[in-house]
Amino acid sequence: MATRLKTPLSEESVRSLKLGETVYIDGVVLTGRDEVHIHALEMFEKGESTPVDFKGAALFHCGPIMRKTGEQWEVVAAGPTTSSRMNSLEPSFIEKFRPGAVIGKGGMSQPTVDAMKEHGCVYLAITGGAAVLAAKGIKSVSGVEWYELGMPEAIWIMNAENFGPLTVGIDTKGNSLYAAVGAKVKENEKRARSQLGLE
Amino acid sequence: MVTEADVQDAVVELLRKTVVRLPADVKVALEAAYGAEVDEVPKMQLKAILDNIALAEEGVTPMCQDTGVTIFYITLPRNATVAVEKAIVEGVRRATKEVPLRPNAVHPITRKNPGDNVGDRMPYINCRVGAEDHIEITVMTKGAGSENMSQMAMLTPSQGVKGIKEFVLNTVLRAGGNPCPPMVLGVGIGGSADISMKLAKEALLRPLNKRHEDPAIASLEQELLEALNLLGIGPMGLGGKTTAIGLNIEYAFCHTASLPVAVNVQCWAARRGTVRIHPDGRMEFPTHEGVS
Repeated sequence: MATRLKTPLSEESVRSLKLGETVYIDGVVLTGRDEVHIHALEMFEKGESTPVDFKGAALFHCGPIMRKTGEQWEVVAAGPTTSSRMNSLEPSFIEKFRPGAVIGKGGMSQPTVDAMKEHGCVYLAITGGAAVLAAKGIKSVSGVEWYELGMPEAIWIMNAENFGPLTVGIDTKGNSLYAAVGAKVKENEKRARSQLGLE
Repeated sequence: MVTEADVQDAVVELLRKTVVRLPADVKVALEAAYGAEVDEVPKMQLKAILDNIALAEEGVTPMCQDTGVTIFYITLPRNATVAVEKAIVEGVRRATKEVPLRPNAVHPITRKNPGDNVGDRMPYINCRVGAEDHIEITVMTKGAGSENMSQMAMLTPSQGVKGIKEFVLNTVLRAGGNPCPPMVLGVGIGGSADISMKLAKEALLRPLNKRHEDPAIASLEQELLEALNLLGIGPMGLGGKTTAIGLNIEYAFCHTASLPVAVNVQCWAARRGTVRIHPDGRMEFPTHEGVS
């Protein structure tokens, strides 16, 4: 049975998740990628508050395609972007804003794994490129902030229902599925090299 | 008489087909990969990919939110009178609204986004003159997740084939799960620094099931592909048998003192499309035959 999580995510519910577990999210999903991280951290430094509260949030590394009909925005396609671009920003973002989950693809580096352990946050992997499937789990859009950053870089406030499937890629105990695969790949590299005649 | 408006319409239709539906050879390769995986995690990733492909086709919706930047390859008849390049620019502008495409093109320094995927030298158009009497337009909508993992190197001639293999392997290892594997690799060898990169991207235009006509290059393609699939990076970098579903090489003669090599990395959503516009106005979409 897959676990259903409701936002805002409690630290307890997040800390109970296991590596490799399948999860679906109900509630609010906020998109945020490069520019959102940069701007939110700049505002924090200046002592200003951001237009949305990230505490316990499901932060989605996503730059969607949106369509506006009348006054209402709708999601056309909303798959994840490459999370590693946010590697240098995420540890500090997690410390300052305390999201409960980061949703993305490709995994994140050790400083983020450490920050997730310390502050109670998980990394949930969603299939890259599967943007129509992901959009199916978004029932409506209640708003947009920082639209001036451009459609992909804005904060889209999305109402999710059964959003997933998501795989727990980094848990709150310092485990990372990506690190585990990385260790195996390192082992397999020897076979690949010998097959190619490289020593 | 083919008019500029006809070409514009063809470009909008070409972009719609390209971002919604994968060429048959790519779909077949992804289905085969799903069949070959055993473990639950890679199977689930490929299932999500195949479900997503079906949903995109049903809803005539772009399969991925990253509809890329638009790279065009056009072949014009010798006596062409239509302003094809202008029609492409306008076609991209229209497709951004009508399909829709995500507005991805920004100024490289100010990062300002004009919102219509059009700016200086974007769409990027590679143009040549051909012997046929039709206009041929091929587009690649290239996402950034995979493009960002691309690399090139100026090897020394003494590094030879071993150096090339080493470079391809290291590029894929460095890319890991970032470019949305299962990936396709386009490898460009020779020419010059810029030509090797161009060749690497052009290699991605060849169907995955078609090997290079030079048997030595064809066997290098096969050898590299098999070795990369021993790595276990797997779909989305979550582990599995399928790291790459294709690897194509293109080469050009180069300076006796150089060995340029480039790898253009492509995600599973290997979107490419071609339209031929005949003098009588008839249009053919050879990459998307038999589909609306």
